[in-house]
Amino acid sequence: MGIKWNEFFITGDPLILGSQIAILLTMIGIVAGITYLRKWRWLWTEWLTTVDHKRIGIMYIIAAVLMFFRGGMDGLLMKAQTSGPEKEFLTAQHYNEIFTTHGVIMILFMAMPFLIGLMNVVIPLQIGARDVAFPHLNAWSFWLFFSGAMLFNISFVIGGSPDAGWTSYFPLAGKEFSPGIGNNYYAVALQIAGIGTLMSGINFIVTILKMRTKGMTLMKMPMFTWTTLVTSVIIVAAFPIFTVALALMTFDRLYGTHFFTLSGGGMDMLWANLFWLWAHPEVYIVALPAFGIFSEVIATFSRKSLFGYKSMVFSIVGIAVLSMVVWVHHFYTMGASPGVNSFFSITTMLIAVPTGVKIFNWLFTMRKGRIKMTSAMLWALAFVPCFVIGGVTGVMLGMGAADYQYHNTLFLVAHFHYVLIPGVVFAVFAGLYYWWPKMFGHMLNEKLGKWHFWLFVIGFNVTFMPMFFLGLDGAVRRAYTYSEASGFAPLFALSGIGSVVLAAGFAVFCYNIYWSFRYADRNISSDPWDARTLEWATASPVQHYNFAKLPEASSLDAFWYMKKNNEGLTLSDKEIKKIHMPSNSGLPFIMAIVFGVTGFFLVFEWHIAAAIAALGIVGGLIYRSFDYNDGYYVPVEEVQETESAWRNVKGEVNNHVS
Amino acid sequence: MQNKAKVFPVSHIVGFVLSLVMTFAAAWVALKTFYSFNTIMMIIGTLAVLQAALQLTMFMHMNEGEDGRTQTINVVYGIFVAIVIVAGTVWVMSIGMHTHH
Amino acid sequence: MSANLNTSLPLEYQSEQNRMNILGFWIFLGAEIVLFATLFGVYAVLFQRYAGGPTHQDIIMIKEVMIQTVLLLTSSFTMGLAIFEMRRNNLKGLITWFVITLLLGAGFLFMEVNEFIHYVHMGATMQTSAFLSSLFVLLGTHGAHVTFGIIWATMIIIQLVRRGLTPVTARKTFILGLYWHFLDVVWIFIFTFVYLKGLVM
Repeated sequence: MGIKWNEFFITGDPLILGSQIAILLTMIGIVAGITYLRKWRWLWTEWLTTVDHKRIGIMYIIAAVLMFFRGGMDGLLMKAQTSGPEKEFLTAQHYNEIFTTHGVIMILFMAMPFLIGLMNVVIPLQIGARDVAFPHLNAWSFWLFFSGAMLFNISFVIGGSPDAGWTSYFPLAGKEFSPGIGNNYYAVALQIAGIGTLMSGINFIVTILKMRTKGMTLMKMPMFTWTTLVTSVIIVAAFPIFTVALALMTFDRLYGTHFFTLSGGGMDMLWANLFWLWAHPEVYIVALPAFGIFSEVIATFSRKSLFGYKSMVFSIVGIAVLSMVVWVHHFYTMGASPGVNSFFSITTMLIAVPTGVKIFNWLFTMRKGRIKMTSAMLWALAFVPCFVIGGVTGVMLGMGAADYQYHNTLFLVAHFHYVLIPGVVFAVFAGLYYWWPKMFGHMLNEKLGKWHFWLFVIGFNVTFMPMFFLGLDGAVRRAYTYSEASGFAPLFALSGIGSVVLAAGFAVFCYNIYWSFRYADRNISSDPWDARTLEWATASPVQHYNFAKLPEASSLDAFWYMKKNNEGLTLSDKEIKKIHMPSNSGLPFIMAIVFGVTGFFLVFEWHIAAAIAALGIVGGLIYRSFDYNDGYYVPVEEVQETESAWRNVKGEVNNHVS
Repeated sequence: MQNKAKVFPVSHIVGFVLSLVMTFAAAWVALKTFYSFNTIMMIIGTLAVLQAALQLTMFMHMNEGEDGRTQTINVVYGIFVAIVIVAGTVWVMSIGMHTHH
Repeated sequence: MSANLNTSLPLEYQSEQNRMNILGFWIFLGAEIVLFATLFGVYAVLFQRYAGGPTHQDIIMIKEVMIQTVLLLTSSFTMGLAIFEMRRNNLKGLITWFVITLLLGAGFLFMEVNEFIHYVHMGATMQTSAFLSSLFVLLGTHGAHVTFGIIWATMIIIQLVRRGLTPVTARKTFILGLYWHFLDVVWIFIFTFVYLKGLVM
C-alpha cells in the first residue's frame, strides 16, 4: 500500500473542497439528467460506441473545451495569486501544483485534442474519403486520450496533484524529493493518453497516404491535409521517446531504479534530454495543424488560392526534419560545451526560416484578395502579428549565449504563450468558426464571435505583454509571490486584469455555443463560406457516410473548380450504390475504463491490483483479435432518401457572411 | 510476389546462413582477436547494420508491394531519428556532464 | 473491408484494407525503431555508471547469450519459412513452421529469464546501479515484446486452424511475421552493442 487512507481525498483547502462538491453535484446532475431524459441508450449507441470520425472529432473537441476551462481556471488562480505582492491567496505548494497542471492540461489535454478533433472531423472529408483508415482504432485513440485526461484531472481531489512543473525535471520529480503520489499521476496518465496519440498519428498517415480520392495527388492536397500528414509523422517519431521517458520515470519512482536519480549513478539531466527530445517536436505537433487551419481560412476568405503552395509544402517537410534536432535549446543552461550549444543555436535559427516563409505566404495570399472579415478570418489576421512577436522573441532565446540571461524568467513564459496562444488557440477558434456549420449544420453567431475575438485578443496581449518586461526586469517564473520592493507590482496587476478580459472572451465563446445551438438558423446552405476544398462538397451537417459518390479532384482547391466548371455537383440515381461502413463497438470505451483503473492502481502503487487490472487489457486485446465484425452496408434507399433531403432544399442561402 | 512458384526457399536459406556467419564473425572478432577497441567496434557495428539490412530486405520484404517506397522512406526516417536520439543524447549528455565536474 | 479483392496478389495484399493494415504496421514499426533507439540512447549514456556494483565482465555469460542469439535468429528464419509456405497456400506447412517459431521463441524467453535470475543471484538487480537499470529495462522491453508476440501468435494460430487461409488470417500472419523479424533486428543490436561491446571494453 503506497498511501494512507486518510490522505486519499485531499482535504483542508476550501478551494479544493468547493471543487469536490462541485464535481460531485455535476456528476449527480449529469446522471440524473440523462436518466430523466431517457438518453442512456442514445448516449451509448450514438456516441460512446461510435467509430464515426466526425463524432469522434466532436467528442475530442468537447473534451478540449472542458479542459480549456480547467486549465484556464488554473491560469486565473495563478494570476489572482500574483496580482499583488506577497498575497496569501494560494500557498507555495498549491501554486506549484496549479502551474504544473495548467501546463500539462493546456498542452496535452487542450491543444492536442482540439487539433486532433478538427483533424478527425475534417481530414477524411477533405480528401474525399468515407472514414479514416482504421475507424475502430480511432475510437481507441479517443478513449485512451480521454482515460488519461480524466485520470490526470482527478489528481487534485484524490491523492494530490503533481507539483514538479509540466517538465517534471529530476531530481525534483523523483521519489526522493517528491515522495507523494502526485507525480505518479503525471507518469501514468500521460502514458495512457500518449498511446492514444501515437495510434492517431499512425491512423492519419495511412488515411492520407491511402484513402485520397481519385485525382488527388500529394501536391493537390489541401494545406490542412498536408500539415496533418507531417504532424502525424512527427507524432510517430516523437511520442515513443516520451513513452520511454515516462516509463523510466515510473521505474525510478515505483521500482527504485537509477535512471534519473542522484544516487546509484543516475543522471538527472538525462530526463531533461529525453523530455525535450519529445517536447520540442511536440511544439510543432500542435503548431503545424494550426498553420494548416490558417492556410484554409486565409485562402477561403481572401478568395484566392494559397500563395506559394509548393514552398509551403517544402517548409513543413523541412520542419519535420529540423524539429527533431533543436531540443537542446530548452536547456542551454545545463552547461553543455560551446560546441553543443552553438550547434543547437544554429539549428534553432534555421527552423525560423521555413516558419518565416509561411508568414510571407499568408501575407501574399491576402494581397489583392477580396478579404471578408468573418470571425474565422479575424483570428487568422490577429495571428500574424501576435505570432511574429512570439517567433522573434523565440529567436532571441534561441541564441545559446543570450539565453543564459533570459532563461527561467517570465520573458520565456511570455514568449511561449505568444507562440502557443496565437499559434494554436487562435487557430482552433478560427477552425471552429469555419467548420462549425460542417459539424452541426448551423453557424456560430458572428456578432458574438466578434465580441469573443476582441475580448480574447486584447485580454491575451494585456496579460502576456507585461510579462516580457517583467522577465527582462528579473521576475522569475514559477515563483508564487514577490516582494513589494521588487517594483513588479504594477505590471503584475496589469497582467492580472488582462487575464480577466481573456476569461471574459472565453465566456462569450461558451455563450456563443449555447446561443447558436438554441437559436441559430438551421436553414443554411451546405457551403456557407463559398469555400474551396472537398469537405464542403457534401451536406452540412455531414451524413454519416460522408459522400454518396466519392468526388474527383482535378486540381488544387478541388471544390472551387467543381463549382466554377459546374462538374460533379449533381448526383443521379444511377450513381447511388450501397455503401460499406464500419460497425460501432463498445470495446474502446470499456478498454478506456480498464486502462483508467489499471492506471489508477499504478498511481497508488497497488501493484497486485494493477497487475490484475492489466489482465483486463490483455483480455480486451485478445477479444479484439477474434473480432471478425466486417461492418455493414448502407442500403441504396437510405442513401437516396438522405441525399434528396439535403440536395432539394428550397431557398438555400448562398451567403451567410454578413 | 508469386503465388505458387518456388518450392525451395532459396533466399531465406541464404539469408539465414549469412546472418549466422555474421553473428559468429562478430563474436569471433570481439572475443578472440586483439584489435583496438575502436577497430573492433567498427567491425562488429558494420556487421550488425548489414545483418539488420539483410533482415529488412530478405525476410521482411520492406520494399515489396504498392507501398514499398513509402515503407522504405518510413524506415529510413526512423533510422534518421534513431541516430539523432542515440548520437545526440550521448553527445549532449557526455559533454554536458564533463563541464559540470 | 470491402469485397474488392485483387486475386493476382498474395492473399495478405488482396484487399485495400489489408494493404492499409500492412502499411500501418510498418509505420508502427517506425515508432518501435524510435522506442528502442531511445532505450539504446539511455543505455549508451549510463552503461559505465556501475556505482560500485557489478560490471559487464562480472555478469555476462557469453555462451548462454550465443545460444539465445542462435535461437532467435533461427526463429526469424522459421518465421520466414512460415510466410513462404503461406504464399504457397500450404496451411499445414505454415502452421508447422509457425509452431516451431514459437517454440524457439519460448526457448529464448526461458533462457532470458534464467539469465535475469542469474544476475539477481550475483547481486546485480535493477536497483543496484544506473548501468543495471538501463540494462534490465532494455533487455526487459525486448523480452516483453517477445512474450507479447508469443501470445499474439497463439491467437493467430487458433484463428488459422478455425478459419483456414483467408485474406484476413493471411494478413494477420504476415503482420506478425514483420513483428517477429523486427524483434530479431533489435536483438542483433543488443547482442552487438550490449554483450559484445560489454566484453570488449
